[in-house]
Amino acid sequence: MLDDFFTRAVLAGLGLALVAGPLGCFVVWRRMAYFGDSTAHAAILGVALALAFDVSIYAGTLAVAVAMACLVSALVARGQAMDTMLGVLSHSALAIGLVAISFVPSARSDLSAYLFGDILAVGRADLVLIWAGAALVLGLLILRWQRLVTSSLNEELAMAAGIDPRLERLMLSLCLAVVVALAIRVVGSLLISAMLIVPAAAARGWARTPERMAAGAALVAAGSVLAGLWSSLRLDTPAGPSIVTAAAVFFLISQGVRRA
Amino acid sequence: MGDALIEARGLTINRPGTSEPVLSRVDFRIRPGEIVTVVGPNGSGKSSLIRALLGQMALAGGTVDRRRGLRIGYVPQRVQLDTAIPMTVRRFLSLPRRVTDAQAQEALDRTGVAGLGARQLTQLSGGQFQRVLLARALLSDPHLLVLDEPTQGLDQPGIVAFYQLIEEVRRQTGAAVLMVSHDLLVVMRSSDRVVCLNGHVCCEGTPQHVSTAPEYLALFGAEAEGTLALYRHHHDHDHDHDHDRELEAGHLHRPGCNHGQGPEPTAASR
Repeated sequence: MLDDFFTRAVLAGLGLALVAGPLGCFVVWRRMAYFGDSTAHAAILGVALALAFDVSIYAGTLAVAVAMACLVSALVARGQAMDTMLGVLSHSALAIGLVAISFVPSARSDLSAYLFGDILAVGRADLVLIWAGAALVLGLLILRWQRLVTSSLNEELAMAAGIDPRLERLMLSLCLAVVVALAIRVVGSLLISAMLIVPAAAARGWARTPERMAAGAALVAAGSVLAGLWSSLRLDTPAGPSIVTAAAVFFLISQGVRRA
Repeated sequence: MGDALIEARGLTINRPGTSEPVLSRVDFRIRPGEIVTVVGPNGSGKSSLIRALLGQMALAGGTVDRRRGLRIGYVPQRVQLDTAIPMTVRRFLSLPRRVTDAQAQEALDRTGVAGLGARQLTQLSGGQFQRVLLARALLSDPHLLVLDEPTQGLDQPGIVAFYQLIEEVRRQTGAAVLMVSHDLLVVMRSSDRVVCLNGHVCCEGTPQHVSTAPEYLALFGAEAEGTLALYRHHHDHDHDHDHDRELEAGHLHRPGCNHGQGPEPTAASR
């Protein structure tokens, strides 16, 4: 069964969807959209470094994404003007990554695979990594769920209950870095934030509790993967953008049926 | 009186990142069952004192001792809830510690918002939300309730009703209450002890004592005059006298004002 490239693509996409949905809820709740962007854009620099030093793409993107997440967290803690700072970081990371990758001849030809993903080329080893990483992040989220939700709702309430919001923030940043590394093959650097934000935003409309929103986001993300891959096959459109387009359609529908 | 629940000695706190003190050499204690109110102008270090007592702030000097196993129910100042998180009142009560439906219902009953369990937090009025926060704080069965400016954004009848509720909760649960407030008139009526803060403890004692202390009057000026009037009013109570002084200070007369009763908190709550 795993010999079929399409089956592998579906499984890879579903693995990512399962974790991107719930994690994306935190990105939406904590207004970390730009944070996700800068971490994801930095992943291109990770690809360039990985190719230059001949290490795994996952290792390269993970290392750079973690470094970026730490840098941004440190800046947040120092109270910099976040909006501007993240804009600078996000676009600089992307530009530097693109410049760096132009020095790696082997990568120049399939640059778009790293920008928009190449889910149809996912192999067995990728599948194992994606599912292992997704299980790790999902497990962490479930284990720390109450603490994460409390400190996302209000940091003072969390502190009064003996929760250290900085620790929870760091946890989420690291989870984000892992998911960025997992997603680079599936939807690519430019569309990773879309996989985090769009399904969560679609689920927000009808969810009454954080748990339902997280489950709804995972469902929407999974539905987007299936619908996107199917239409990509039928219409011969690029897979990553098709998945995000499907998510956007789900979001529009959710706005239509949203209760007041 | 038994052991203090929290005792601070020589507490000094610096403004974050500087050596400029927000609070210097503050001694503070609160005993079981006591209602203590901290008053002071903006920037006087009220919130810093609370956070230091809760152990959330680094001390530049002095000590804070909390009784072993002390359970604190905390109602923070100006809770800015992120509207992006869908959250029912019932679900909120289970953060961060899960409680049973029966416990949640009892807490909501006690604070007078029994029917609101299924409501989204964002759909509550200011007064309802304060009561939900109080209900959540009560769920840990606290020895001490800490409320930081609990009535911000409430109108005058709402403020009076909220403090009545606080006194009722104290009577039912025996929990001590530590409040920070700027509602001088109302809050002082319901306190056993008032601490007037301005970087250090300016004066401290019963509401009557503090309201006539020159340090307090200097700090609060015109508003303090109202408190003074309130206590004079208590001292020589007389139904024919003129209420103008109090009205000037913003007190709203309504049934249940209990003007005949002194500032003794248990007596004042119906």
